[in-house]
Amino acid sequence: MMKNTFKLAGNLALTLALAAAGIGAANAADKVKVGLMLPYTGTYAALGTAITNGFKQFVDENGGKLGGREVEYFTVDDESNPAKATENAKKLVSRDKVDVLVGTVHSGVALAMAKVARDTKTLMIVPNAGANDLTGPLCSPYVFRSSFSAWQPSYAMGEALAKKGVKSVATVTWKYSFGEESVAGFKEAFEKGGGKLVKEMTLPFPNVEFQPFLTEIASAKPDAVFVFFAGAGAAKFVSDYAAAGLKNSIPLYGPGFLTDGNLGAMGGAGEGLLTTLHYADGLTNAKDAAFRTKYAQTYKLQPDVYAVQGYDAAQMYEAGLKAAGGDPEKKDDVIKGMESAKIDSPRGAFTLSKAHNPVQDIYMRQVKGDQNVMLEVVSKGLEDPARGCKM
Amino acid sequence: MDFASFLIQTLNSLQYGLLLFLVASGLTLVFGIMGIINLAHGSFYMIGAYLAFVLTSATGSLVLAIVLGIPLALAFGAFLEWALFSHLYKRDHLEQVLLTYGLILIFEQLRSLLVGDDVHGVAIPAFLDASIQLTEVMSYPVYRLAISVICIVLAVALYYVIQRTRLGMMIRAGNDDRGMVEALGININMIYRVVFALGVALAALAGMLAAPISSVFPNMGSHVLIISFVIVVIGGIGSVWGALVAALIVGFADTFGKVLVPELSGIVVYVVMAVVLLWRPEGILKKG
Repeated sequence: MMKNTFKLAGNLALTLALAAAGIGAANAADKVKVGLMLPYTGTYAALGTAITNGFKQFVDENGGKLGGREVEYFTVDDESNPAKATENAKKLVSRDKVDVLVGTVHSGVALAMAKVARDTKTLMIVPNAGANDLTGPLCSPYVFRSSFSAWQPSYAMGEALAKKGVKSVATVTWKYSFGEESVAGFKEAFEKGGGKLVKEMTLPFPNVEFQPFLTEIASAKPDAVFVFFAGAGAAKFVSDYAAAGLKNSIPLYGPGFLTDGNLGAMGGAGEGLLTTLHYADGLTNAKDAAFRTKYAQTYKLQPDVYAVQGYDAAQMYEAGLKAAGGDPEKKDDVIKGMESAKIDSPRGAFTLSKAHNPVQDIYMRQVKGDQNVMLEVVSKGLEDPARGCKM
Repeated sequence: MDFASFLIQTLNSLQYGLLLFLVASGLTLVFGIMGIINLAHGSFYMIGAYLAFVLTSATGSLVLAIVLGIPLALAFGAFLEWALFSHLYKRDHLEQVLLTYGLILIFEQLRSLLVGDDVHGVAIPAFLDASIQLTEVMSYPVYRLAISVICIVLAVALYYVIQRTRLGMMIRAGNDDRGMVEALGININMIYRVVFALGVALAALAGMLAAPISSVFPNMGSHVLIISFVIVVIGGIGSVWGALVAALIVGFADTFGKVLVPELSGIVVYVVMAVVLLWRPEGILKKG
């Protein structure tokens, strides 16, 4: 009996000691788990890679740590496939138990991820997807964005054209949410400034037969044309527009996605185009210079706006962790820290709006050779109106 | 719409329709004559466009790229027929769909490994890089007109080969009764190889010609695949002439649909297809 009691006590003590040691060890070795859910294959593969590179660059500059802890990455290729989005996000949250979800490029996938983040109360940072809804009607304390809303660059362009004295504009875009949100943002500012949209044209995504619209534009003869296209569609539209001889008589404008990353494919047809975006070549801040040099050295690639957004996603999370004393479990503190942070971004410093979208400067850029060179800040500290957000 | 706009939109329709014909003609040959449902047809279009990009970068001339690219596409088509498709003739459509869908994935992955995922442009040959002024602000690129001319020439040539030559006669006979043709001592396997290689070359040629105006980008083949099947079905499976008529109908429906009923522009082509099939369930020009 006695012997057994001793044994029991001994065992208990040993177990406690082991447990204590275990906790201590776990604390010291606890890593911050970052779930990168981004496209690594398909059309947006290059964007996913740039975002990942940017994120990791900040972590490296920060001594390989976030909030003073080592970083462990969990990576999922989202394939830009909304049908698999919920499952992939849940896997990262419940199997890998990530502290933060970073993703993604495609708005449809990001919306599904945001739902998982809201439901499981997991922190999420969107490093690209521009759907207004993410920081609008579907906003959540747990969802942040390091990029932009579709509304922002287009609204700035509408303001700028109205100020220039442009009276009538025709618009063309794909009939899907990002295109329609872009045109709506443009229209809001342009009509407020006294302009008028004379023709609003759409075509099904990803149709690229633009010739009928060019003919319509030529017969309507507006003062200017505003379009949203991206990637290959943008390259084709700009080339077709120039080939139809319209470029010289009716100026073409659009948000920066029109000319980012595809100037080579346009073969000179894009030269001189004016676009608006929250990033540009030829910015004059020291942060950008350092960021670009380091990025080019590390990855043997020129950085782009996507790399900046990835870099800033990491910066935002670092700010949150710092406020929580490095503990990702203290979610409320992390969120408060991120909300009040001033992010020293290569694009220029920004803060976050109540709905967690960057309040940032929008640049007017002009295509010169293979660059989108900054001309001026057309909208200082532009804040997305976050319509429908009850936060 | 004023009269000048109407004329230009008509030109747009013709030009778009003719380019669609070039892609669909290869599909209708392979589908109609060999009975193969070839989902990878769009990939051959994509391969053609990338060939144009790579060869134009290497040689500096699109014309030279096309001259080099066509034999490559023919050889590639003959190889695929020998290695894969020749085993499929007696199998059912499901297995053909599986194989050709697999090929799409393989070709896209190879493209990604070899050339990357960027969007590329191909320069228009200097002697065609001009435009004709149509209205005071609108002009028409000569290159687009040149493509239309090439498409018309090819349509006539295809019609001639299939209807008027001995090879064409054997192709048509092989389609009607494979066993009888073999019994007559004609090497039907060789005929099929020729037809398949021709189909691949036509799709690749379409990709090469379209490269300067459509730009070259990942998954570009899937965009043309569906519309090609629509054309083949409207035109009547296996009929080259039918494909031409159907491609022009689709060109007009798409162009004027975008202008006149923009809200419905996504479905106009499919409505036209449904109407045609109600009227003639086997397509406008039945095979044979």
